[in-house]
Amino acid sequence: MTMHVVSPGALTTLQDLGRYGFQRFGVSASGVMDEWSHRVANIIVGNDDNEATLEVTLAGPTLLFDLPCLISICGANLSPSIDGVLIPMWVPILVTAGSRLQFGRRIDGARAYIAVRGGYQATMVMNSKSTYLRCGFGGFEGRMLRAGDSFTAGGGECLKDGFLSDLENCDQPFLAVPSPEIAPLTIASPQVIRVVPGQQWEKFAEQSRSNFVSKEFRVTPQSDRMGYRIQGEALSLEAPLEMISEAVTFGTVQVPPDGNPIILMADRPTTGGYPKIATVVRVDLPLLAQIFAPGALMFALITIQEAQSLYLAREDELSRLRHDFARVHGDDVSSLTGDNYRELQLTHGG
Amino acid sequence: MNYTDFYSSRSDLDAEKNAPNHMRWRILPMSETCLLIEFGQVIDPYVNKLVRSAAECLMHDPLPGVVDVVPAFSSVAIHYKPECLKHDLLMPLAMPFERLTAEVEARLSKNLIQWSCPERLVKIPICYGGEFGPDLEEVASRCNMSVEEVVRLHTSSPAIIYMLGFAPGLPYAGGLDSRLSLPRRSTPRQLVAEGTVAIANNQTAIYSMTSPGGWNLIGRTPINLFDARSEPPSLLCPGDRLSFYQITEDEYDSILEQRQ
Repeated sequence: MTMHVVSPGALTTLQDLGRYGFQRFGVSASGVMDEWSHRVANIIVGNDDNEATLEVTLAGPTLLFDLPCLISICGANLSPSIDGVLIPMWVPILVTAGSRLQFGRRIDGARAYIAVRGGYQATMVMNSKSTYLRCGFGGFEGRMLRAGDSFTAGGGECLKDGFLSDLENCDQPFLAVPSPEIAPLTIASPQVIRVVPGQQWEKFAEQSRSNFVSKEFRVTPQSDRMGYRIQGEALSLEAPLEMISEAVTFGTVQVPPDGNPIILMADRPTTGGYPKIATVVRVDLPLLAQIFAPGALMFALITIQEAQSLYLAREDELSRLRHDFARVHGDDVSSLTGDNYRELQLTHGG
Repeated sequence: MNYTDFYSSRSDLDAEKNAPNHMRWRILPMSETCLLIEFGQVIDPYVNKLVRSAAECLMHDPLPGVVDVVPAFSSVAIHYKPECLKHDLLMPLAMPFERLTAEVEARLSKNLIQWSCPERLVKIPICYGGEFGPDLEEVASRCNMSVEEVVRLHTSSPAIIYMLGFAPGLPYAGGLDSRLSLPRRSTPRQLVAEGTVAIANNQTAIYSMTSPGGWNLIGRTPINLFDARSEPPSLLCPGDRLSFYQITEDEYDSILEQRQ
């Protein structure tokens, strides 16, 4: 199937679960900002969790489908519609040939994910389809979508026969397939974001540590896929600290000398040299990815044990969803994989 | 043209001069999906060699769930998937991070000493000064020497790459002659051109792509350090020794042409 881009939206890029195995060369991991919505979108259409989706930011694109296909839209509610009729989110949607997907008013959240059964065709760059805008590689020609682009994505050939005949007998542009219910993400204001203590937590002044977990912070407009600059009570170290660059991760909260924290997001650098007060726990990163300026946050400190238990519980939940939706599609669940684990490559430069 | 020569140097870590009697590290969870092995809080050739050995040791036959091993100046980060470390008969009650910590500890204790890093010598042609190195004259005057002396000291410095970071393929190399010791510039530049060779903090860095930068710019290399479609994508890797040599602007242009 060919997807035609009528209008690209504010910032629409192809992303998967990220580019791992190359961070020692300074290559950013990239990948989706909201891992939960992306993975659920893929599970709903019966894809591997690591298949790429289109990450749509605030204002969505208009896309034309030339063949029937099965899609899902998860994450931010940007009023998606097909041929003018609003479509439900977090469910499989059968789309007829020639229909037009577009987005309207933003109801909540910042980023929506469009998954298509069979995935998007894109050249793998360093084992990933993720777009890294800063260096212009991955995804579609290393850039965001533009009007006039067209690309190949999974189509009718990966739909089960029953779906195809349902579509043929349908006088509407789309059909929502009956399926297990999934609760959408809800963002509070202020949204509580759980963190574990960072490498230099103890080096921050007591007042700063206490402010960090009790005062409100706001996301500033200088926030993007690389990092969120947030503002609140300025944070300071107990005493000046000689810092040496070391690795950072998704959710690292680092504090530059001006005292305003930066939360490192998907397009983060591989290493950083600012003191790290905390790390946002993985299960709360999707909530953070749905907040934009001037959204309000409050941090809550939990232990690494609690963070890892939450992470494992989420994996179990995704695994259950994968089984439930495999039944919807008549797929063999053992052929689906929820993880993007690949053998780490031992390569040297030169 | 091939700028890469291999030379064999598999010296035993313990045979290094000034080596401490035993190696120490501590393993800390950075998050629920990342462990950090700290070998100290210094930028030091010996500590960095331990870092690189540990990274090699962990990348060879990777432990279950490990997706990335990232060596820096004095630490190694291990990014992993906790769900791949769920079951272990020996530690049935341990969390994945505790299990991976134990495995990393065991592997480093047993094997670190055997892992010495493959070292290569990579020749880097540099056109010093002029528009390519706008800070060269200022560096010379701040170091109380002539421009020629700066170039001589820089090309004779035994540079070794401590880590890559900041941008894809961007090396930080130690071993800079101490007479060229300068801090970063007080005001960073908004745009530093790809290939620019810069010094600060007793190190040499080469900007692998056009980006902002706060170091002292002394020249530019026509060599491409990063190509996303190459395997591996980075020309350089941690532990590479760099041999800088001076070229003219004409030579710069002709090497740049051969690239295209």
